[in-house]
Parts: sequence; C-alpha cells; structure tokens
Amino acid sequence: MTMLILTLRSEPQQRIDVAPLTPDGLLDKSAGEIGDILLQTGNRQVRTGELFDIEGNDASHMVLRGATGKLDFIGRGMAQGMIDVEGDAGSYLGMQMKGGHLVVRGSIGAYGACELKNGTVIIQGNAGDFLGASLPGNKKGMAGGTVIVRGNVGDRAGDHMRRGALLIEGNTGAYLGSRMTAGTIAVLGKTGRYPGYAMGRGTLLLAQAPAEILPTFNDCGTHTLGFIPLLLKGFGGLDTPFSNMSESLRRVRRYAGDMSGLGKGEILVAAGT
Amino acid sequence: MNINGVQIDATFAEAFPMRGTRIIITAQNTKWAQIAAQTLTGFATSVIACGCEAGIERELDPSETPDGRPGVAVLIFAMGGKTLAKQVETRAGQCVLTCPTSALFSGLPDGDPIALGKNLRFFGDGFQISKRINGRRYWRVPVMDGEFLCEESTGMVNAVGGGNFLILAESQPQALAACEAAIEAMRKVPNVIMPFPGGVVRSGSKVGSRYKALNASTNDAFCPTLKGQTQTQLSPEIESVMEIVVDGLTAEDISKVMRVGIEAACRLGPRNGIRRISAGNYGGKLGPFLFHLREIMA
Repeated sequence: MTMLILTLRSEPQQRIDVAPLTPDGLLDKSAGEIGDILLQTGNRQVRTGELFDIEGNDASHMVLRGATGKLDFIGRGMAQGMIDVEGDAGSYLGMQMKGGHLVVRGSIGAYGACELKNGTVIIQGNAGDFLGASLPGNKKGMAGGTVIVRGNVGDRAGDHMRRGALLIEGNTGAYLGSRMTAGTIAVLGKTGRYPGYAMGRGTLLLAQAPAEILPTFNDCGTHTLGFIPLLLKGFGGLDTPFSNMSESLRRVRRYAGDMSGLGKGEILVAAGT
Repeated sequence: MNINGVQIDATFAEAFPMRGTRIIITAQNTKWAQIAAQTLTGFATSVIACGCEAGIERELDPSETPDGRPGVAVLIFAMGGKTLAKQVETRAGQCVLTCPTSALFSGLPDGDPIALGKNLRFFGDGFQISKRINGRRYWRVPVMDGEFLCEESTGMVNAVGGGNFLILAESQPQALAACEAAIEAMRKVPNVIMPFPGGVVRSGSKVGSRYKALNASTNDAFCPTLKGQTQTQLSPEIESVMEIVVDGLTAEDISKVMRVGIEAACRLGPRNGIRRISAGNYGGKLGPFLFHLREIMA
C-alpha cells in the first residue's frame, strides 16, 4: 500500500468543490473509481480523473499535490486518516471535520475549520477570515479539535466557537473570538482590534497585549493561574511552541467580558507585555 | 513454616471486595499537598464507622502530576460505589477545596466515573469556568487565594479490602518496632494503603459481640491479658499483638505487599522478640479473598 497522491494537472479556471475527496470517501476505491468521481466546478461537474493524476492506493494517507486556493471544501466532514495539502487551499477547508489530520503546506482561504468537530488541522501559512467559525447564519462554530496556524489569520477567527483550541502563532485580525461560547484561542503574535467582541464564555490567551480592548471588558488584575500549564501541557503531542510556554504564559492579566452580554469570557494577556 | 526463626501460622487473611479510587492532590509545595492529603484521609481507618478507608499512597514528583506541581497520590476505598462517591465528594469539598493552593485530579482515568469537581464547581456560584483538555474536563473555581482547579471526575474500580497479618511479639515495644519496619517497607509498594494510624492496628476485632448494639468487638483470642480467661491463640511468651491491615486495587497487590511486610517483620527475628506471624479471618464467611500466609511466603 502506498499513499494516495492526487496531483492537480493545471491551475483550474474556476473554483472546485473537492469535498468528495476524503479518506473516508475513497477507502477501498480503485484509481479508476476515484477518477470517475464527479466534482462540482462552477455550474458543471467534472471527473476527478480529468483534473488530477492519481497514484497510489492507500486513501488513509492522501496527498493533494500542486493544490491551489481554488480547491474548496478540502477534507469536508472527514472522520479519519490524513490529508496532506502540498500548496494552498481554498475556503471551507476541514469544514465539519470529525477526526483525522489535515496539514496544509501553504495558506488557506476563509472559513477554514469552520464548525470543526474533532481532529487536527495544521496550516503552515496564513488563514483567511472566520477561521474555526460557524457558517453564516449558524450559531455553532468549532466544537472540538485543534487548529494550529503558523502564520497570520484574518478577522473574526473563532466566531461562535464552542470548544476546542485555535493556536495562532502569527498575528490575528479584528474581532478575534467574537460571539465565542467556549473553548480556547491562543495567539503568539499581535491581535487586532476588539478581541472577544460579544463573547459569552471562553478564553483568549494572548502572548502580546491586543491593539485595543473593548470598554466592556473589565480588568481583574494580574494572576498566576494553575490551569494554564495544564492547558499548554495538553498541546505537548503537537508541534507548537505553545507547549513549551508554561512559564512565560503562566502569569497573566485577566480581563473579564464581554459585559455587554453574558460576560463570563476572559482575555488573558501575558503579564509584562 | 519458619522464616528467620519466626513461625508463620498455617492460617489465612480474609479480605472482601470493595470499590476504590485514586486521586492526585497537588499544591504549591509538598508540605501543602501533604496537609490536604492528610486532612482528606483523616478519620478514614475503617468502613465500620468512617464510611471509607483512605490513605496516602505516595508522594509525587512534579513531573508525575497533571499541573507540574508537587503532589500526593491518595487511595480511597468503600464498600459500595455510592458510598465511595459520597465520601470522595464530601472529603474533597471539605479538605481539598479548602486547602490553600491545592488542586485535585483523577489518579485513575479508567473505570466508572465518580464526581470530583462535577458538583464542587457549584461553589463557584456561576463564576466557575470549564476547560476540556485532551478529552478530560476540568473546572476552575474562583476562591479567595486564586482558583481551585479540579478535574470533573475520577475512575472507580473493583478493589480488595481487609488484607492483614498479625505480628506476635514478646513485648509491646518489640511488636511496634516490627510493625514500623513492616510499614516502612510496605509503603514502597504501589496500589495499596495501610489505613490505620501509622498503618498499625492494636485493636483487632472479631465479628459479633455479647452486646446487641455492636457488630464487632475485641479479638479476645489475641488479647495477651486474657490468656487465662478466654480460648486464647497465644502462647505464654507472647505479650503483645499488633495487626497491619491493607487495602489494594487488586488481590495481587495485597499478596505482594503482605509478603513485603511479613519479610520485613521477620527480619527482626526472635532476638528482637518477634515470635509468630498470624492473620485475621472469620472462617471464610466474610469475603471471597483468602490470603494464605504460607502460600504468600512460599
């Protein structure tokens, strides 16, 4: 058994919905059967075999080679296995994913890991707006799993987030964790304006002070919190600097909010920043 | 059987099924983790009147604890799951939640879950915060010294209680010295506790009493001052008998720790007044676990 490699033959003219190409969907399928799977692009459907060269037969470890930002819905709803995206990915990457591992060597578009249920998503580049959020009109965002972004993320990351962890090693846009219900978002870089807007519960753990904190967040003082080392230790199995930051993030300034709503969320800013 | 001149009686210790759990208490330093653990395991020598039997299993290095602080592992045993759950929750609430800098975690991730912080969280009066880390739920309860961090639940497993052996000596100081030697060796064995004061019982009991209100009474056959007054099990030279009772997570743990303890006691030998090792049993009527001394020491 060798890993299944799907190589994009050329840059597509239109966006392609590649949701059917998951380990769950391709297990036990031959290269011919995979090639016959129809993918939606624009207002027509195209055979997978017309877009991708297909090698290997182990769908539990898939590689999307030569991927571009026009491939949407990569890993949508996947529950097992691994997808390794060599290149960029479009929007809705890992949407409603239930398990497994998704690694993107490049950057992704909007709504990455939206409504994620479980599993691990690692983005080596940047992520667009609404990372880990809910779909427009829905009220339940990411509900489990872990997302690591090595680069920067856009606005509204973690919108309506309910559980799980977003670990952002770069900078974030505005309204980080907006309308968050629970879960943890940790950021190493700079944070845009108004983090925690309308958050009910949940934790924003920031290594640097944000550009601006809403007046509806109340300063609770500086504290050494015992749960932070436990939380960061929990990321020990992942390749992230957060797992080694127990000491630098242990003492934090706590802001409680958003008092315009439930007010049981918190922004924890590393002390001394 | 004779070990180092000490007679091993052809008898057995009779033990019974219990339900058990392990919890981990951490604190700013070992001193405060010990204080919390000692408070929690206070008045927990026997299920007869304490509701549970509990003891400190061992101290934990920071590298062994969930939050990277010094800690103590505690084992708690009771006759049933409901009683155990009630005892754990009550003791955690009154003895660990109240103890400065403490945090409380499960020491048995597997098994049937019983509440640790599941209900204690309500002490937070709505300000408590839940965190799910690696599939396990923790509660952050705001308290006056900061936050009390407590895992939602711990695991409860089938266990064994009442393993025991008796040390028969020529004098009280010699019996106690042998018990101290045995306990020191037994404390190095994992998965067991010796719940009585210092690990030693001087008031071993028999089932029943001439008084209707009592279920148990003094084990007169092993009381040296009654040698001429009852059907004694003691020879003339025996002046003091002390018992070591063991609870463990499995019967194998009990066998292992009994062997370690008996070996340590026998090492003192007749020159130090140690004459016999016996065990407490109820004719096989009390429990299904029979620990035959000669088989254990073979």
